[in-house]
Amino acid sequence: MEQLFFYIFAFAAVISAILVISVRNPVHSAFFLIVTFMQVAAIFILLRSPFLAAVQVFVYVGAVMVLFLFAVLVLDMGKETMKEHLHGQSIPAGVMAVILFLLMCYMVVKGRIVANPGSYGEAALVNNTEVIGRELYTRFIYPFEIVSLILLVALVGAIALVMQSKGKEQGK
Amino acid sequence: MIIPYLGVLIIVGLVGFMGVMSFFASFIMRPRNPYAEKLTPWECGMEPVGEANAGHFRVHYFIIAILFIVFDVETLFLFPWATLLTDKGLSGFIFIEMIVFVAILAIGFIYAWVKGALEWV
Repeated sequence: MEQLFFYIFAFAAVISAILVISVRNPVHSAFFLIVTFMQVAAIFILLRSPFLAAVQVFVYVGAVMVLFLFAVLVLDMGKETMKEHLHGQSIPAGVMAVILFLLMCYMVVKGRIVANPGSYGEAALVNNTEVIGRELYTRFIYPFEIVSLILLVALVGAIALVMQSKGKEQGK
Repeated sequence: MIIPYLGVLIIVGLVGFMGVMSFFASFIMRPRNPYAEKLTPWECGMEPVGEANAGHFRVHYFIIAILFIVFDVETLFLFPWATLLTDKGLSGFIFIEMIVFVAILAIGFIYAWVKGALEWV
C-alpha cells in the first residue's frame, strides 16, 4: 500500500520536474516546481520524517517559491526568452542524463543507496520533531548558533547590495 | 505512524480538486464572446502601457522576499524548540539558547529597519 503511494508521488514528482524544464513560460515552470516540492514533501512523510516534510512546505513552497516568482517578475523577459531553445547541448545533455540514470539504477540495485533510520526505532520516529530538537539544541548547539550568524550575513548582504544600487539611482 | 497523514493527503487532494474544478466549471459555463477591448488587462480604468513581462517592477519586491526567507527559516527552528519546552531539565537552557538565536537575528531586523528596507516608497 505504501509502495503504491510512493510510486504515485514519485511519478508525479518526475512528471512535474520534467514540465518545469520544458514549459516555455517561466511563471508556469515556477508553479510546476511547487507541484514537485509538494510531491517531495509527501515522499518525506513516507520516509518517516514529517519534520522535513514540514520544512519542505514551509521554506521551499512558501518562501523560496515567492522569491522565484518575484525574481521572474523583476527580470526582463520579453517574448524572445520564452522561445529560447537548447542550442547545441541537447545531445550531450541527453547522453549525460542517460549515463546518470544508469549509474543511479546500478547503485540502487546494488544496494549502495540505502536510508536506514540508524539507532532510532519506530517509536522515536513518531516523535521525529522532538528527536531532532533534542539533538539540535544540545549536541549541535554551536552549529545552531552559527546558523543565526549565517542568516544575519545573508540578510545584511542582500540589503547592502540592493540599497547600494538604489542610492546610485537616486544619485543620477 | 503514516496513517494520521492520510487526512492531510485527503485535504490536500480535496483542495486541489476544488481549485481545478472551480476553474473548469467556470470555463464550461461562462458565455464566450471576446473582443479586443474585453481582452485587454484592466488597470484601474487606464490604458495599459507597454509589456507586463518587461521587468518594470521594483527590485524592492526581491528584498522583501529575501527578508521573508530569512525570517521563515528563523521561525522554522522554533518548531523543534517548542516541542522540547515541556522537558523540565532542558527547558531553561534551550530557552536562553533560543533567546540568543533570536537576538542575533533581531540585529539583522533592526539593520533592515534602519536602512529603510522595509519602507515602501
